[in-house]
Amino acid sequence: MVIKEPDSVDVLSPEDPDALVHAEEELGESLWKVRLRLAWKAFKKNWALFMENKIGLLGLVIIVLFGLLALAYPVLRAVGPWQDDGIYDPVIGYDAPVQEFQIVATEAEVTDPTTQKDANTAQLWCFGAVPGDVCEIPLQPAPPSQGHILGTDPLGRDVATQLSFSTRSAFMLGLIAAVVTVGVATVVGSISAFYGGWVDNSLMRLADLVLLLPLIPILIVLSGLWAINLPLLGVLIGILSGFGGTAIVLKSQALSIKVKPFIDAARVSGGSNTHLILKHIIPNVLPLSFLFMMFTVTEAVSLEATLSFFGLLNVDMSWGIMLNTAQSQGYLRTGFEFWWLLIPAGLAVTLLAAGFFFVGRAMDEVINPRLRAR
Amino acid sequence: MTSQIGKTRVKVEDLRKLFPISKGLFRKSTDFVYAVDGVSFEIRAGESLGLVGESGCGKTTTGRILVKLEEASGGEVLIRDRGTDEMTHVEDVKDRKEFRRNVQMIFQDPYESMNPRRTVFDIVAEPLFVQGMGTTGEREQRVVDLLRLVGLTPPEPFLFRYPHELSGGQRQRVAIARALVMEPSFVVADEPTSMLDVSIRISIMRLMLELAEKLGVTYLYITHDLAVARYMCDRIAVMYLGKIVEMGPTEEVLGSPMHPYTRALLSAVPVPDPSYHRPKVEIEGGVSRAINPAAECRFLARCPFAVDKCRTDPHPDLYDRGTDHLVACHLVAVDGSWTGRERAVLELRA
Repeated sequence: MVIKEPDSVDVLSPEDPDALVHAEEELGESLWKVRLRLAWKAFKKNWALFMENKIGLLGLVIIVLFGLLALAYPVLRAVGPWQDDGIYDPVIGYDAPVQEFQIVATEAEVTDPTTQKDANTAQLWCFGAVPGDVCEIPLQPAPPSQGHILGTDPLGRDVATQLSFSTRSAFMLGLIAAVVTVGVATVVGSISAFYGGWVDNSLMRLADLVLLLPLIPILIVLSGLWAINLPLLGVLIGILSGFGGTAIVLKSQALSIKVKPFIDAARVSGGSNTHLILKHIIPNVLPLSFLFMMFTVTEAVSLEATLSFFGLLNVDMSWGIMLNTAQSQGYLRTGFEFWWLLIPAGLAVTLLAAGFFFVGRAMDEVINPRLRAR
Repeated sequence: MTSQIGKTRVKVEDLRKLFPISKGLFRKSTDFVYAVDGVSFEIRAGESLGLVGESGCGKTTTGRILVKLEEASGGEVLIRDRGTDEMTHVEDVKDRKEFRRNVQMIFQDPYESMNPRRTVFDIVAEPLFVQGMGTTGEREQRVVDLLRLVGLTPPEPFLFRYPHELSGGQRQRVAIARALVMEPSFVVADEPTSMLDVSIRISIMRLMLELAEKLGVTYLYITHDLAVARYMCDRIAVMYLGKIVEMGPTEEVLGSPMHPYTRALLSAVPVPDPSYHRPKVEIEGGVSRAINPAAECRFLARCPFAVDKCRTDPHPDLYDRGTDHLVACHLVAVDGSWTGRERAVLELRA
């Protein structure tokens, strides 16, 4: 570290940018700082309202936990215990722990299925094995163990890595879908409400049409036409849900704002239509938009699981693919014997969807004071 | 009251506004509400005209046409351009921004006429912002000056408040500041005090008069309150169902009302004098809408003095009764006296 000579720095020279900033502060705080402070104040107020609602807090905790889970993948792969690509890669890793089984004569004699096998079945691994022998069988899927805390899937891949890896793409999908939905819905709703007439009519009839389209069958058809990856799926969900119901709801909100006298006042001030939409209508629609953002994440996460479960997406690994693997290898009907194939992925889909839904409900109460229980 | 009365600043001639009554998606509407029907008046510089009438009579619509919030269906609106000092048609304003700088409006409801998500600074500086006038620092200075001018002192603490943090009177002061920030020469004030507490009204009215004097602003003051009109306006125009029925200097109109409607309005004003006896003029029925009005006097249905002429002739024109006092009524003679039938009715009722 270089220590400057005190006389080499002229604090008051106009070239010194810091000095200018100080001068400005003396005249009055610069505008963006004031705005930042106001935004912070508003955020604190809304945060307090949000915190009153325990459901929203629960949702937030769930989302943060999933965030940590998503963060765990790159960290643990780089420096943690998941460094071995051959074993811990969520898609191409393979590991089948070998376990010794006692051979018994018939299936009826098996008292503990985790340590005993009947002679007939054991022929698959140990040819010629007779009751009383010990047979070494590679487990695939393997139950949770030291190396695989959530076991391995039917293809010998680590379930915990898959779960962690998929969390990241679930967040990405949700974010894309939410942003696209809100963008499309806000713009369509505001323009439709503001201009009215044939613009409104054509946009809203289109919205009715999109609303009537059954989402899952449409996506199934589209997945047959294109190889749909996660970003594309996010955009598709965004457009389909944004142009439908969300646009109609946001349009009704924009309509109620359009007739407010402050719109007239802005027009008398000389504001153009663009100014009115950008500065007056959209800022007043935006809180409702954020609400729909949350609900869209819920929708997107569960839709992805549905489509992946049917194997319709061009995705390497996701929660839906994990369930798909379990199903296609025939483990869905075994009940909870192979619980680690079903519970982690299924629970993750449900919990993350629920987390965003809870946050959305709590935000609804912040935005919509009538819902507040007082 | 303002003194120097100069050139004509606003001239309205035969203004019409028809609102179609919707009959469904594909049928063309044949029924119209005649919200404003042949209204003519002039406002001279430094003078303020009060537009008085009950709700639904078209006074707000007239004001909205003057600030170009509505398109007129017919007639002419001429407003003196500040730059060229010529009377220009509102329809063919070339420089929209210049028009907005020249003509402003103060709205009725101070609670609804401000975006709840914008600060006082944003609200008052909005005209400057959309017109691209000044740098941020200059705008801030201008807003501070104006807030001081409208009596929000010290102005700095108000700059970054949101409308919901202000009282009704403070909000209306902010609204006045917004209207005046570009130094307009003509302001349409649409019942700016009707939503305020009575205790605050007088201070807002006094402020508006002071500012008119200081900045040379001409008002069109829309109100339903005759007392407010008397305080604020040099001249008064009384509207009924889209027509001006009586117009003249304030004291003249309120002191010797001629049209039966004006007389009825005045008889409804309470007078704080127990011994006062005003001849009561009763009108019948309630206010209606002028939907495809017949060629008869607009006031016929409610007029207690109606004669056959009122039924058979079209709505009477405004006639000057000598002292710049215009009345539209068949029953009032050219010299302002009452015709025999009407006087007889009055005597019968007395």
